[in-house]
Amino acid sequence: VDSVTGEESVQRMMAEKVLTVDTMNSCVKKVEYAVRGPIVLRAVQIEKELKEGVQKPFSEVIKANIGDAHAMGQQPITFFRQVLAMCSYPELLDDDRFPEDAKGRARRILQGCGGQSIGAYSASQGIECVRQDVARYVERRDGGVPSDPDNIYLTTGASDGIVTMLKLLVAGEGRSRTGVMISIPQYPLYSAALAELGAVQVNYFLNEERCWSLDVSELRRALADARRHCNPRALCIINPGNPTGQVQSRQCIEDVIRFAAKERLFLMADEVYQDNVYAEGCEFHSFKKVLFEMGPEFSSTVELASFHSTSKCYMGECGFRGGYMEVVNMDPEVKAQLTKLVSVRLCPPVPGQALMDLVVNPPQPGEPSYSTFIRERKATLSSLAERARLTEQILNTVPGIACNPVQGAMYSFPRVTLPARAIREAEERGQAPDMFYCMKLLEETGICLVPGSGFGQRDGTFHFRMTILPPTDKLKILLSKVKDFHQRFIQQYS
Amino acid sequence: MCAVGSPCVCVCVCVCDEQLSRSVCRSTSRSWTCHTRSSLQLSLPLSLPLSLSLSLSHHPSLSPSLSLSLSHHPSLSPSLSLALPLSLPVSLYFSPSLFCSPSLSPSLSGLSLSLSLSLSLTPRLLRPHSPQPSDKSRTNMTENGLLHPERVLTLDTMNPNIKRVEYAVRGPIVQRAMQLEKELQEGVKKPFTEVIKANIGDCHAMGQQPITFFRQVLALCSYPELLNDNKFPEDAKDRARRILQACGGGSIGAYSASQGIELVRQDVSRYIVRRDGGVPSNPDNIYLSTGASDAIATMLKLLVSGEGPTRTGVMISIPQYPLYSAALADLGAIQINYYLDESNNWSLAVGELRRALEAARKHCNPRALCVINPGNPTGQVQSRQCIEDVIRFAAEENLFLMADEVYQDNVYAEGCQFHSFKKVLFEMGPKYSEKVELASFHSTSKCYMGECGFRGGYMEVINLDPAVKAQLTKLVSVRLCPPVPGQALLDLVVNPPQPDEPSYSTFMNERTAVLAALAEKARMTEEILNKVPGIRCNPVQGAMYSFPQIQIPHKAIEEAKEKGQAPDMFYCMTLLDEMGICVVPGSGFGQRDGTYHFRMTILPPTDKLKIFLAKVKEFHQRFTERYS
Repeated sequence: VDSVTGEESVQRMMAEKVLTVDTMNSCVKKVEYAVRGPIVLRAVQIEKELKEGVQKPFSEVIKANIGDAHAMGQQPITFFRQVLAMCSYPELLDDDRFPEDAKGRARRILQGCGGQSIGAYSASQGIECVRQDVARYVERRDGGVPSDPDNIYLTTGASDGIVTMLKLLVAGEGRSRTGVMISIPQYPLYSAALAELGAVQVNYFLNEERCWSLDVSELRRALADARRHCNPRALCIINPGNPTGQVQSRQCIEDVIRFAAKERLFLMADEVYQDNVYAEGCEFHSFKKVLFEMGPEFSSTVELASFHSTSKCYMGECGFRGGYMEVVNMDPEVKAQLTKLVSVRLCPPVPGQALMDLVVNPPQPGEPSYSTFIRERKATLSSLAERARLTEQILNTVPGIACNPVQGAMYSFPRVTLPARAIREAEERGQAPDMFYCMKLLEETGICLVPGSGFGQRDGTFHFRMTILPPTDKLKILLSKVKDFHQRFIQQYS
Repeated sequence: MCAVGSPCVCVCVCVCDEQLSRSVCRSTSRSWTCHTRSSLQLSLPLSLPLSLSLSLSHHPSLSPSLSLSLSHHPSLSPSLSLALPLSLPVSLYFSPSLFCSPSLSPSLSGLSLSLSLSLSLTPRLLRPHSPQPSDKSRTNMTENGLLHPERVLTLDTMNPNIKRVEYAVRGPIVQRAMQLEKELQEGVKKPFTEVIKANIGDCHAMGQQPITFFRQVLALCSYPELLNDNKFPEDAKDRARRILQACGGGSIGAYSASQGIELVRQDVSRYIVRRDGGVPSNPDNIYLSTGASDAIATMLKLLVSGEGPTRTGVMISIPQYPLYSAALADLGAIQINYYLDESNNWSLAVGELRRALEAARKHCNPRALCVINPGNPTGQVQSRQCIEDVIRFAAEENLFLMADEVYQDNVYAEGCQFHSFKKVLFEMGPKYSEKVELASFHSTSKCYMGECGFRGGYMEVINLDPAVKAQLTKLVSVRLCPPVPGQALLDLVVNPPQPDEPSYSTFMNERTAVLAALAEKARMTEEILNKVPGIRCNPVQGAMYSFPQIQIPHKAIEEAKEKGQAPDMFYCMTLLDEMGICVVPGSGFGQRDGTYHFRMTILPPTDKLKIFLAKVKEFHQRFTERYS
């Protein structure tokens, strides 16, 4: 008997893994990323079932969970792809099917690469000529505010830049642990990165009643609360907003900068939707521009990192993972540490760097590709504007759904009123009520949205995020299905 | 410009032209003497926006503060003045909106502005060299109060783990090499005409040509209109169509699944089955990554937990590829060194693993063992027997195995063969293959393709706890997906042209040519270096590097220590400055105390490599003579 138990215990020992949920990095366990969370996993599963011929009350899954423009049928910008093809296979430079300006760009990029190949590593901060082009773009965009290529870091999508900056900022333990202020609702990259780094998330709420605007008094409240238990050192802003679609006013940006200066906060401005502004009277103002217009008292002191990407705007090239960040007023010693840190990962993907270069240095008037480029760009942006309007309009006709205007970005974040009985049923199942709602929507209609709880919301309110990216006709179907579902849901639970 | 010893301020006024793209600089410089307040009056016809750059030389112990006023046309709002403590150099920018509301938008060009600057210099507080952690915030205040209005993020207040990160492959020696290249371009005379960089395994930068088939498919994926072009072979078109069909919306511009495109994972899996003689592989266990580095750092991240004596320890070889030490520093994990046996061709002895593990268990919780095979920087190829021993050791000691196999096609020495850890594990029978947790890594950056810039790679996980696997999938989803062009490239690497396809012969020619040239260069490097008295070099059995041991004379070691440099850093810096040759000192990879090495790649083209090796020889002899 003894020997048997001995063997059993050996067996048990053998079965015990080195790496288990109990022994793994506990910070990683706290990471949540709703945009690709359980609802998306279920959507993928349903798609598989449909393919296998399983009968459903719908024939396709419409995914409006993620800002993935090309997956929703948006066509790439011809010029960008021509240049990328030539960079990939330089023999095409001899092909007269390509316009001269595309060839010129491709040659220029290849000359910036080691051995003239996009297969070589670049400098860790990014290809120098691309950083120069980014700096010139930033100067043009900001009406002449100077930009130094040395302050530009190319990245693997904006996410990479954001996480790297947060990583630099995290220090201390207990009450001196770094706190980072993020908006609620937020893009869950922030909460995920903060959880992973073991930093303290400091929530400030956007004002839903005033079109998701940001009030400095709310910043002040959140900061004062947080100072009791951590060391708040950074303030993150997403403008235009994700998931909330608001576009910040110039005045509001000034107020935020003044607040950051006064309270000594490092500013992080996520401006990846800078070309996605649709509402009349709204305009994109970069934090950097406003900072410099406020004069040297601010512009020579406030530390700022701003982020951009190739994934959004009119190009929507998510797969290339291109992006950059610009750092302003960063301590030179910290900058040296940042450069060292990014060098460990060698370099951002070079095709993404090449694409970033094209985004900041597109065809100019007088160049052969200019008119096609402008036409394609305009078509995408005006169609997005139309879909933004359509989404707001249709959702607001549904009793129990209230939706702010989609002033910018790519998302609507409507508030849904859920019957008490539905909330109770969700709670019984251990689900957030809006997760329960979205899951049911997915199962019954094939529409994949992300529950508001994945982004954060005021207690007792419920939302979902949907992208405005499906093609107009599909978007109309989606919206009418949401409408039908919501009415049915309300009836069922009241 | 300035009298030596007296503080000198250079003021540069930049006026932007109408396109706002170029700026015209008018510089003026004035000298101040210490402890005095001086003012500089400039009256220039300026227009807005306006940039001022101020720099100060001879200021090691001075802290400047500045007051400034701008006056202009009386019809605009009041003149601007401010007083700031500054750390110079500084750029100040004045936008039109400072002087008037943007809505008025009068024509601001041609305004006459006058600028008056006054600068006071006070002795600056000396920065304490190593502040006590407990005093951090206070130190920051006193230190920066005068220097700069209290930056939020300083060296003292930043993430302390990041400060410990070191990455020699792109460290100071490479920065110096880039500086030398710039100087050469500017016409500065040097004892050499070009810098030859052998610091990093960057094949294309060293002139290696990409594989035609791979690049054709990538071009087709980038611009699918080319699919209608008859200049591309059918197999390339088929591969491109297949990849595009697996992408959202048929575009490589769409996000993929976070774990990677399913089709690519299936192809990877099939490749592994072929490579490992039929050992099964499940696409669900394949995670595509942003180069192998990304996956290695991710796996390490999962493994790190505990505090103090329970903190995760990770065993890495010495010499090692510094990604490992850097990632462990970043994560605050404990690095456990085990030494490769240089006298035995850098082989790995289980006795040494045991010694290292026992020593480490006294102060941390060793949980993982990393092996690089073929070796970086040491170029050895592990024997099958040795891999078996390592696996047995990991099983006995409950260690998670991480096998970095990015050089799996780079095996040159006769009698050497690449054996994957996975294959050996499965050949050892279920007692091991059902138990030992293993992650193995591969990449598009090395082997015969050398496509570093695409950042393609994958890892395969074996026996990973399903709940942990779910956590891993969640973790990678935060970064959305690895770059899709890199995923496409990886697909081609694991699914290259087949014998009956039109591109096959070209592909095979190109592949064989690259690998044969590398084998030749590996041989040549060993041979030539071993002829130099004072340099001893193991055969480069595989990978892309030689890691020779160098004898450094005592006097040179003394001089290096006086300069606060590692002796091999001193050696490599001198080599760079005198010969234009860039190699990485052994101290960046780790080495036994009292031994010195450098890592050089074998990647320069053969003729250049010969010159390179001859220069190393010449230098080493000169260096040895000079210091003995």
